[in-house]
This record gives sequence, C-alpha cells and structure tokens, in this order.
Amino acid sequence: MAEDNIKLMQGNEACAYGALAAGVTFFGGYPITPSTEIAEILSREMPKNGGRFIQMEDEIASMAAIIGASVAGAKSMTATSGPGFSLMQENLGYAYMTEVPCVVVDVQRGGPSTGLPTKVAQADTMQAKWGTHGDFFPIVLAASTIEDTYHMTIKAFNLAEKYRTPVTLLLDEVLGHMREKIRIPDSSEVEIVNRIKPTVPPEWYQHFELTATHVSPMANYGEGYRFHMTGLTHDPSGFPTAKPAEIKEKLDKLKSKIMQNADDICAYSEEFLDDAHIVVIAYGITARAAQQAVRIARQRRFKVGLFQPITIWPFPEKRLRKILENADLAIVAELNQGQLIHEVRKIAKTKTRVVGTFRYDGELMTPMQIVDKIKEAHR
Amino acid sequence: MKKQNKKENDARFEVRLSGSGGQGLIFAGVLLSEAVGVYGGKNVTQTQSYGPEARGGASRSDVVISEGTIYYPKAMELDLLMALTQEACDKYYADLKEDGILIVDSTYVRLVPTDRAYCLEFTRAARRVAGTPVVTNVVALGALSAITGIVDINNLEKVVLGRAPRGTEDKNKAALHEGYRMGQELLKQREAEKAVT
Repeated sequence: MAEDNIKLMQGNEACAYGALAAGVTFFGGYPITPSTEIAEILSREMPKNGGRFIQMEDEIASMAAIIGASVAGAKSMTATSGPGFSLMQENLGYAYMTEVPCVVVDVQRGGPSTGLPTKVAQADTMQAKWGTHGDFFPIVLAASTIEDTYHMTIKAFNLAEKYRTPVTLLLDEVLGHMREKIRIPDSSEVEIVNRIKPTVPPEWYQHFELTATHVSPMANYGEGYRFHMTGLTHDPSGFPTAKPAEIKEKLDKLKSKIMQNADDICAYSEEFLDDAHIVVIAYGITARAAQQAVRIARQRRFKVGLFQPITIWPFPEKRLRKILENADLAIVAELNQGQLIHEVRKIAKTKTRVVGTFRYDGELMTPMQIVDKIKEAHR
Repeated sequence: MKKQNKKENDARFEVRLSGSGGQGLIFAGVLLSEAVGVYGGKNVTQTQSYGPEARGGASRSDVVISEGTIYYPKAMELDLLMALTQEACDKYYADLKEDGILIVDSTYVRLVPTDRAYCLEFTRAARRVAGTPVVTNVVALGALSAITGIVDINNLEKVVLGRAPRGTEDKNKAALHEGYRMGQELLKQREAEKAVT
C-alpha cells in the first residue's frame, strides 16, 4: 500500500511544491517552455494559502516584481528558461546590488536565442555567473533528480534569505518534465531560514549596515523603518555615493558575503574518489549519466571517481583542488560546448590533464559517451 | 568484461510505450510509473519525447524500473517495447534487447519483426468494451501487466481510477481488465503451443 507522502512527480512539480514548502508567498513570471508547469501549479496552489501569483507582461517585469515583493516581506520567486533568463539579467543585477533575497529558476533548454524549446541543454551555466553586468558573485545551484529539485528549491530560498541575495536554481528540460518517485517530507522535517531582522530603533537603521558576516539585517517596507534603495553604488544608508572608499567597501561587501561564506554555501557530492586517478566532473542531469558511467568504467578496472558540484557558483574549487591533487586526468561532461570545464582548468595543476566531453544536439548525454571518453583519454 | 556490464544493468527493467501522438502514451507511462513506483514500492523514472514528433508522428514514453537506484534516467536497451503503430514498431524495434519482449496492437501493426511478439488487437478491444478507441492505452497496460508481471493489476486499477477523468472510470476499468484478460489468454495459448511442440 502506498504511503500518502510518496508521490510520482515531474521536476517542475517538485520545484513548485518545494517552493510552497519553503513558504513562497509571491510569484511573478511569464510562462515559457520547458518551465511552464511551475507557473501553472503555483497559480493554482498559491492563492489557497494566501499567496499572490501574477503573470507579468514579460520577464523584465517578472524579475522587477519579485524584487519589489521581497522588499515588502514576501518570499518571492520566478521561473523561466533561457530567453526569459536573458531578459532577467539586468534586474538580477539590481537584486544583487540592492541585496534582495529572491529565487530564479531557470529550466534550461537549447540555445542560443529561441533555440530548442523542448530539448535539453546546460548552456546557461556561464550566463548564470556572468549574465548581468559588473562584478557578480551569485549563488547558483544545479539539481539532478526529482527529489533533489524539491529540496534544492527549499535550499535556494534559505540561501537567498540567509545571505540577502538572489539565488538561481538551474534545472533543464529533461529534469523539468521527467517523473520520479519522491517522498514529500513532513513540514517538521523542513528547515526554513528567514532573513535577519533589525534590532535597532528605526532611526538608527541602515539598510546596508556593515557587519562581520557582511549580511545586513533587513527591514521590510511598511514596518516603520525608512530606507532608500538604488542600483547606483550606495553607502550603508542606501544613498548613492561617489566616494572611492565607499564604492570599494560596497563591492567588497558583496563579494565577501558570498566568498567568505563559500564553505557554508558550497555543496557537492562524491563517489569512488578514494583511489581515483581519473575524476569525472558532471553536474545537473549529466551527473546521472556520469553516475552510470563511472560504475561501468569501474567494472572495466578504471580507477575512476565522480565529483558532482551541486553549488555551481561559487564553484566548489577548494574541495576539487584537493581531489585533483591525486588525479592524472579530469573529464568534464556537460550539455554545452564547454563551460564549467574552464573552472576546472583554472584550478588543475599541470600534473592533471583536463579534457571535456560535450553534447549539444538537444539530447541527453549517454553513459557510454563518458565511458568512451575515459577509455580514449586514459592512455 | 561485457558480461559484467550487463549485470550492472540487469537491475533495470526498461519499457518503451510507443505509438502516434494522441494515443495517450505519455499518460500510459505515468499510469505505469505510478503503479510500479508509488504502489509497487520500486524505483521508477519516466521520460518522454516532446516536439513535433509528439503531434501525429511517432510518440514515445520510456519507463525505467529498478529495485535499486536509477542513475541514468533514460532507456539504454529496452526490455519491453509496446508498439501501437507500425511506424513505432519499425522505428524502435532496433532498441529492443535480443531477448526483449515485443507487444503490438495488431489492429495497426501488420508486419511484425519477430514471431516471439505478443500480438493483440488493443484498439478493437477498446471499441468493443468501452465503445471508444480513447482507452486503447489502458487496454494495452492491462495486457502488459498480464504478459510481463512487472506491474500488479490491482495497483494499475488504483492509479487508473485515481487519474481517469471523472465519468470515465467505468470505461477505463473495463478496458484495463479486458487487456489483462486478453494477455492472460494469449499466455495460456503460448504455453499450450509449447507443450505440444
């Protein structure tokens, strides 16, 4: 007999229900394949719990709306795919600059441009890091199973609230549409993180106060605290500044908030790495092909292991650097023409050869493509 | 070496439900997955192909079933191919393992690539018991249950009744059990033939 909390779900459904479990209260978005089910489900479910769902006129406005809603105290999110993610980039930078917690889900499809609406890709990896202008230290997560998707949506909200910053969750067409069994946890099992609230009297409040953790307590609109927000570079009070010392201080704060907390933010998974001379590096849906591939290659006596970044940005470079110390060969597998491989190249010493195996024809990479690369590169 | 690989994949049972767009194959994949995964306690991953081929051309839904963890989510080598059209049968037969099971709707599949295939008239049966070809997918699932045993017919009934549009429960239930009966009968017939030869 089935237990009530065991369900068969699509990735997009798991994302929507994960968001509800995380306490989402505002969704602003513009439907786009292959992300549409997220909006569809939330438009039905959110009003039942007092949440607000708005279909905006486009993705520029969607991103703006979730920023405004968050500053008014909502837990806000949007969901999109490549073309919409491009339109969101400017306001994503605004959310980062004004330190507004919010969640952006990008269900990746083939690009560039309108590309392949119904086919899989992982080609927004670098866009998620460098899509907005200026220096940008975002938090970006990549899920690889339906159960992951549920929990990582919750994690995206928690990280956004904890670090007062936008968080991007990368899914893809296959993950968004495929179905797997998932155990829905009881609400008591779900950890929820909320933004730090100010404890000072309103007249002392600074919206971007400098703190030891670089995270400033955040008052919401309408709570009696007056503050100013602008995309212009600002001082701790929120008003524009042209003073070099204050400009540097703001940019250092934004970077340090993420990079000094990288150990807390970075998540990854490892398999068979103890004796591995060959390390396969794969993330998102491609990690599933890699898990199968390393098992096949192990049976063929290859000393191969798998490193799966779950946090793509910040890239878990400290841990991977350590792993690569013992590796002769690193194989990066991704559904693009080679993106995250550059991060691996950056940290690999000359002893470790870094090669890539890529697929970008709209189909999922097969385990055998990775196994063949292991055979070919290992000589 | 090759044998060991096979062992790794032996834990997986890979099913492809294929036909033409509109025959409800993705829905059938969902029903099968829910029956096997949620009610049968196994791990299951269901994928599909969207795009132009889902509208009129060959359409498919893959279901991977395993007692263990399912790493790669798509089918690699099919253990079971269900083909409701000739086009689907021709297109996907090559993906079937040598000892894999082929089930076809002989209402439309006239040329069968192997004499080991299970041929049943699903569409005709759907018309007979429910008065509509719309439930052909459910008839096929009933037969799949009887022939392979990969999914319990009672679990299938639960999910069919749970997911069928309101007002169509009786037709779907009749379709499911007719498929199951047809499958059982064909199995019996096969065994009788075996005993003779």
